[in-house]
Amino acid sequence: MNAVLAVAGKELRDGLRNRWALAITVVFAVLAVGLAAFGSVASGQVGFAPLSTTIVSLASLAVFLIPLIALMLAYDSVVGEEQQGTLLLLLTYPLSRIELLTGKFLGHSAVLGLSTLVGFGAAGGVIAALSPQVTVAQLLPPLTLFIVSSVLLGWAFIALAYLISVSTREKGRAAGLALVVWFLFVLVFDLGLLAILVGTGGAVDAGLFRGLMLLNPTDVFRLVNLTGFEAVAAQAGLMSVAEDAFHPVLLLAVLAGWVVAPFGLALWLFHRRRA
Amino acid sequence: MTESVVEFAGAGRRYGSVHALEALDLTVRRGEVLALLGHNGAGKSTAMKLVLGVIASTSGSVRVFGRDPRGAHSNDLRMQLGYLPENVSFYDQLSGREVMRYFARLKRRGGGEADQLLERVGLMEAANRRVRTYSKGMRQRLGVAQALLGNPSLLLLDEPTVGLDPIATQDFYGMLDELRGRGVSIVLCSHVLPGVEAHIDRAAILAEGRLRAVGTLDELRRGAGLPLTIRVRGRMEGADLERRLAGEGVALDSADGGELVFLAPPAAKLETLRALLAAPGVEDIDIDRPTLESLYNYFEAGRAAEAEGSQ
Repeated sequence: MNAVLAVAGKELRDGLRNRWALAITVVFAVLAVGLAAFGSVASGQVGFAPLSTTIVSLASLAVFLIPLIALMLAYDSVVGEEQQGTLLLLLTYPLSRIELLTGKFLGHSAVLGLSTLVGFGAAGGVIAALSPQVTVAQLLPPLTLFIVSSVLLGWAFIALAYLISVSTREKGRAAGLALVVWFLFVLVFDLGLLAILVGTGGAVDAGLFRGLMLLNPTDVFRLVNLTGFEAVAAQAGLMSVAEDAFHPVLLLAVLAGWVVAPFGLALWLFHRRRA
Repeated sequence: MTESVVEFAGAGRRYGSVHALEALDLTVRRGEVLALLGHNGAGKSTAMKLVLGVIASTSGSVRVFGRDPRGAHSNDLRMQLGYLPENVSFYDQLSGREVMRYFARLKRRGGGEADQLLERVGLMEAANRRVRTYSKGMRQRLGVAQALLGNPSLLLLDEPTVGLDPIATQDFYGMLDELRGRGVSIVLCSHVLPGVEAHIDRAAILAEGRLRAVGTLDELRRGAGLPLTIRVRGRMEGADLERRLAGEGVALDSADGGELVFLAPPAAKLETLRALLAAPGVEDIDIDRPTLESLYNYFEAGRAAEAEGSQ
């Protein structure tokens, strides 16, 4: 356990040192405050947007940004250490491969989790203080749900990044694969779903369709945040198919599954990997 | 004590159809410095990884301190090992001290020991600088420092003097002698290192995954039977000397003004010397025994030719 914490602490320190944590925090905070303050300009109003609009706009941007950030943060975690010669060295220390990868995962998760919490949390504070229509009591539940789902989404993509990192031998290749994974999950998957809907003329079984959406962590994240508000259900697009079908707790559990499964697979592959 | 610390018994490692290491029989004795010599791809790194338990042998067995390096107690075993990998660059973002503390914690040692070792390899002044600013030699010294964490009783050093300037190399050899004096067993893995002869007990020469020769320098010299190089200076007749020495099997290698260089079979050393002392005009004599480098070249090339002949 001590070894796991040592590795996690080192990764966390690395994340603070190379300004990753700072950059993520600032980007998230600016994004959230900006959307809250100027979100209604597009509809011809000046001033703070309604809370529902802010959360929905934020979620539709975060769904692109968080996976990208997570993949960039962690894609070289194993393959990068291999290239600088430290992986072989670490493997000769008294710690198992499982401890090594778990420690790294905890460290990276802490970097992303803390940045998300601080970034969006600070933005929430600013919105509550400045916006006349929003009270803290109104703000807290949807913002908490948003932050928790954001963190889980980030962790899911860190786990996917580890999967990439343990199955490649070159950093450049891992970076390319990370981009492909991002593209598939964030863009291509939904296009595929739309194609199914259009191709079948909407005659696809609703239960099956909802099930398909759970196969993509970014869609689960959208479901959590877009369908929670009555007022914005109309803006939810593809997500409205699954409206009210899933309880948020169930969706969060599925997101957690998207963290555990790829990470478990990465552990198994790393264990079998040739040194 | 001649107890063995590492024991390869017919240990081999295959990658697909490639034999990285074939049936290696070799022991490292307690407290000795063994040089493992060979070209890239000769199997040195594979042998080290087998000892470290990072990979498993595909045939035969490897025992370290009498135990399986991949067995249930491998963590205890690893506490007693120090390893310096080839070309390690460490973490650019962290300072030298942070890197050492990290590795110390992984080896369950305190920060005080990390600082002592930084002092010992002469990195104390640079300890708070980021590793990114370190030269190749400083990184190498950091690598040596982390290998010494936890007072290991077996050290495996892969190309330890690469990137070190001559003074740092001498310092390194000095540290090697001191460790040997404390009974630490050391395996030095390298190409041929000039000047390493005085600091090693035995050398093992690997080529193409096979052990070509192993022994002390004297044993290797006996096995190779390479001639001694005898340099003679003075005012003497080359042809006359050559005639005097021809009976001992000594051949003139080169003549350059006042210096003649002869190649003499090792067994004829004393006879040759007597003949030279008796010769008029000889003022100075130097005898060079075959260097480790020439022994290495002999065993490497000799057996390669043999393998070619058998095909």
